[in-house]
Amino acid sequence: MDKSSNAYTFIFAIIMVIVVGSVLAFASISLKDRQNANVKQEKMQNILYTVGVDSIEQNGELVPLTRPLAEANFKKYITNQIALNNKGEVIAEGDKAFNVDLAKELGKDDNEQQFPLYEAEVDGEKYYIIPLRGTGLWDAIWGYISLKDDVNTVKGVVFDHKGETTGLGGEITKAWFQERFADEKIFDSSGNLVGVSVVKGYGGGNNKDDNAVDAISGATITGDGVTKMISKRLKYYLPYFKQQTDMKVAVK
Amino acid sequence: MAQENNNTQMSEKEAKKKEMILFLSSSEEKESFLSKQNLKLLSDPLNDDNPITVQVLGICSALAITVQLQAAVVMSLAVMVVMAFSNMIISLMRNLIPSRIRIIVQLVVVAALVILVDQVLKAFLYDLSKQLSVFVGLIITNCIVMGRLEAFALGNGIYKSFLDGIGNAAGYGIILVIVAFFRELLGSGKLWGIEVLGHKGATMAESTGLYALGYENNGLMLLAPMALIIVGIVIWIQRSRNRKLIEEA
Repeated sequence: MDKSSNAYTFIFAIIMVIVVGSVLAFASISLKDRQNANVKQEKMQNILYTVGVDSIEQNGELVPLTRPLAEANFKKYITNQIALNNKGEVIAEGDKAFNVDLAKELGKDDNEQQFPLYEAEVDGEKYYIIPLRGTGLWDAIWGYISLKDDVNTVKGVVFDHKGETTGLGGEITKAWFQERFADEKIFDSSGNLVGVSVVKGYGGGNNKDDNAVDAISGATITGDGVTKMISKRLKYYLPYFKQQTDMKVAVK
Repeated sequence: MAQENNNTQMSEKEAKKKEMILFLSSSEEKESFLSKQNLKLLSDPLNDDNPITVQVLGICSALAITVQLQAAVVMSLAVMVVMAFSNMIISLMRNLIPSRIRIIVQLVVVAALVILVDQVLKAFLYDLSKQLSVFVGLIITNCIVMGRLEAFALGNGIYKSFLDGIGNAAGYGIILVIVAFFRELLGSGKLWGIEVLGHKGATMAESTGLYALGYENNGLMLLAPMALIIVGIVIWIQRSRNRKLIEEA
């Protein structure tokens, strides 16, 4: 066949696309389970990080919390996994709540969304962990925030992102930024839920009662995304926290 | 190249036919596996024909993923896998590819390989794949890969193309590793994630090693411009030792 003919070119292109397509589809399907397992382990690892579990005692030695270890010890620290509706009613529990995909939930109406909530107990202290998701500059940002049992003080946060600029917005994944949120309050002095704002040119130093932390230079929009994500997602959990009469509630 | 000369007495058609049938085994049988010429394919890109310092290709990723040694090594290995296989596949198909869509074919082959590498990393080396994030995908746009396909694999046999791919990826990798070595050592006082200069505590009293003497990490090393400066220094050293690389003014 004449290699410069149109027919040859078309046939070549068609065969190539079919072959490459099948190879990639096969690879994707055969590796999917393993990849999903990794994502699940990472989610558990992040949830445990927010409540300060970053190492595990093994054979008398403290070892860093790796992903497999996070999965193995998840149930030890997480006492309850539930999913709420926007009226604060529990509509799912256990693995069903864990598997709620926020990326999908965010696209739904408020009264159809499920809001996952994790309860943890570490060294006798009780914590509430709330998953977050919002948008940064380029793409999605997400994370977890844990509250102490007064439902006001932040224990810890973990953030991650899909495509923020490395070195600027991407810095939200770094410990030095996330550490700033520890002990911040999510309610202002008059009892309104305001979350924790990421503020440019922050002058508050180590003030933990001003509902604000210092921003990252060069990452204003990512920072605003974090601010918005925290206040917006936390508000959905207010009805539930108000119903819990046995809690030391700071909700006014 | 050699087999082309040997085949001059045969008609062109016959030669092509023979090559197509025997491309796997005999096209290079007259040369030993590691002949001088073949070894040159491996060694040239390491020095005289280095893709980064001499041809100035692939600079973008040399800036981006040289903050840590481990990421640089993994990136180099990923590029090596992609280059070796894409070179081989293109070389295997070189007599079949319609020349009008050859660039598209090259792109499809490279892109498919990159997606495979990305999927495998996500499944088996998840943490690293997160660290490399977009840069694995960007191997597709790495000028070295397409450049070698177009310049070498389209005109040479499989084994030679394989060596060329490995050689160029190694030449790329060696610069990445050199740059990453200095950036990680001076920027964060670590090598391969291990604190080699001692531990930096909150105060000087809590520090050990060099930090106890008042040594500080150079934060500038972690920023992209320092990668360019280190590459520049490497080029300077290379040219002062290898004078034939110096262009006439």
